[in-house]
Amino acid sequence: MNQKIIQVDALESEAIYIFREVVAQFEKPVLLFSGGKDSITLVRLAQKAFFPAKIPFPLLHIDTGHNFPETIDFRDKLVKELGVELHVRNVQDNIDSGRVKEETGRYASRNMLQTETLLDAIEEFGFDACIGGARRDEEKARAKERIFSVRDDFGQWDEKNQRPEVFDMLNGKIDLGQNVRVFPISNWTELDVWSYIQKEHIEIPSIYFAHKRKTFFRDGLIWSADDQVVYRDEEEQVEERMVRFRTVGDMSCTAAVLSEATNILKVVEEIRDSSISERGARIDDKRSEAAMEKRKQQGYF
Amino acid sequence: MNVLKIATAGSVDDGKSTLIGRLLYDTKSLTDDKLEAIEEKSKQRGFDYLDFSLATDGLVAEREQGITIDVAHIYFSTPSKSFIIADTPGHIEYTRNMVTGASTAQASIVLIDARNGVVEQTYRHFFINNLLRIKNVVIAINKMDLVNFSQEKFNNIKGEIEFLASKSEYKNQNLTFIPLSALEGDNVVSSSDKTPWYTGKTLLDHLEGLETEDINEESQARFPVQSVIRPKTEEYHDFRGYAGKIYGGNFEVGDKIRVLPSQTTSTIKSIHFFNETYVEAKRGSAVTMTLADNVNVSRGDMLVKVNEEPTITKQLDATICWMDSAPLEVSQKYYIKHGVNDAQAKITQLSSIIKTDFSGKINNPSKLELNQIGDVQLKLSKPLLVDSFNQNKSNGAFILINPKTNNTVGVGFIRQ
Repeated sequence: MNQKIIQVDALESEAIYIFREVVAQFEKPVLLFSGGKDSITLVRLAQKAFFPAKIPFPLLHIDTGHNFPETIDFRDKLVKELGVELHVRNVQDNIDSGRVKEETGRYASRNMLQTETLLDAIEEFGFDACIGGARRDEEKARAKERIFSVRDDFGQWDEKNQRPEVFDMLNGKIDLGQNVRVFPISNWTELDVWSYIQKEHIEIPSIYFAHKRKTFFRDGLIWSADDQVVYRDEEEQVEERMVRFRTVGDMSCTAAVLSEATNILKVVEEIRDSSISERGARIDDKRSEAAMEKRKQQGYF
Repeated sequence: MNVLKIATAGSVDDGKSTLIGRLLYDTKSLTDDKLEAIEEKSKQRGFDYLDFSLATDGLVAEREQGITIDVAHIYFSTPSKSFIIADTPGHIEYTRNMVTGASTAQASIVLIDARNGVVEQTYRHFFINNLLRIKNVVIAINKMDLVNFSQEKFNNIKGEIEFLASKSEYKNQNLTFIPLSALEGDNVVSSSDKTPWYTGKTLLDHLEGLETEDINEESQARFPVQSVIRPKTEEYHDFRGYAGKIYGGNFEVGDKIRVLPSQTTSTIKSIHFFNETYVEAKRGSAVTMTLADNVNVSRGDMLVKVNEEPTITKQLDATICWMDSAPLEVSQKYYIKHGVNDAQAKITQLSSIIKTDFSGKINNPSKLELNQIGDVQLKLSKPLLVDSFNQNKSNGAFILINPKTNNTVGVGFIRQ
């Protein structure tokens, strides 16, 4: 017999506990999957929570149409391995039907447009709990978010009227039409996520590791010029650089960082020494100090 | 990962934001872009110092009013440990936020301005730390630079707090007194040459040395079942596992256990965590267990060791912190959530309101208002499996939910 004693990992235990509460307290949960490292970590934690049974809820990807192709390939492979259902809803459909208007110009991004598509999908499928990989250390408005965060019909976050969360008791009681956003890795930091990916040997998309890419500089940030998605002025010079991405949002708002970290060990070291925060490379947060809070009130993840 | 959760409470005037800022800054946890944003905003507001509260007050309303309304979570780490600070506003109208922030903490920092000594807020912070049975409390006597690092001042404040502690019913608390200046950095991360009379550790050294256990060591093993795992696949055709988080003690394969409330007995056959099996699991681990016998177990049931049973009761004596603007009154009904178990509860008696400044009780009040703490009795629609909060924090607490609004309206600490 195996003589092993489990080493308790408090953050992992907490996340697993949250996943099990979601399945017990809600009828139709869904995991919002972006193909980024945080949602990939969520998938591993969900596997652990229900093993040897399969993950008992589907994944939902809100596709902006501007995703890094590497992320989409990775997503499809992972879903096949897990044997779970994947729903994809496209921002492009809402643009085509005229429900939302696409931004134009230099800082155009489809990041904001995701909200409408997400709210439509919640209504279409009747999801009552949407599990996401947001973390409190990412941004100061997120630092105020609950683990079970109640949203109304319009997906709105009422930040001044949040339910107190005491001990580990999670109150998932909601009215018809409301839904809950659930954040199992609320208390993890960026470094915690990377260390976990390393410890668990979790596969992640290649763009997280340093690679040669056609890029250009703007406002002190490095943008991908590989694809037609990111708006670029004539005079903005394209050059091949060794870069990696710290987050994989919509291509139009996700900047790269110069890096030589070609494997997970080097990435973890780099994060440990880094002097720029993760969301420092996200242009959508730089619009104003309250950018995230405003987006969340409108139903953004 | 080794994570220590710390609760702090207090206002900007105590220098709390400066202290947190100092910890972040000296442990190099503030990244350049965040630091730049703080510098810029501080300048914009006409401050001649760095206002670190700008890094933590995440809501527009908080920044506008210059106050902390909600619990903020701050993350930093050293090579040996990760820290989460739950930072809460210290005023009386935010008592519920303090209780919320402190509920998951293993340690707490009570900040005192050395010039003012013990003030009303100090009493309340200290009271809540005791109510929540926080084992490690640091009394950080700040702004020592403004009292010439006077040992006498420090000792006077220490004496006052020790007197307060002697009146408390919680005797297992470890009190640590540290003289510091958050602004100048004395004894926060590096030890100060201005306090030669102080031989203790710096604040960070002390926090790094603390245990990260959040459950009383002496507590008995509790395994509340969160869900039943039945894969129904070929490989695991007959697998029937019980998933949950261990709330105290430990479980080993072969342990004789009792299933509550059914009282059936069985033996632990296997302990699983993901794709591995183990012989032992300790408190805090989120495992799946199988039993040797085919017994009926469902969510809300509890596995315990034979002869280590909790109290099975349809009546509770509890201290409650009220968190809703509609007051608690006798004969009202609520949902009660005790761990992963639910029931209905009716308030049968409200015996007293406890004053948070250690000045006693108000007996037989008519209601318990928002932010008040009081002793109540509840009648339950079904038996719950409880320990007193003193014996097992996780199994000795509950929340009350208003059935009309679905809001969490109160938190209770079981007394019996």
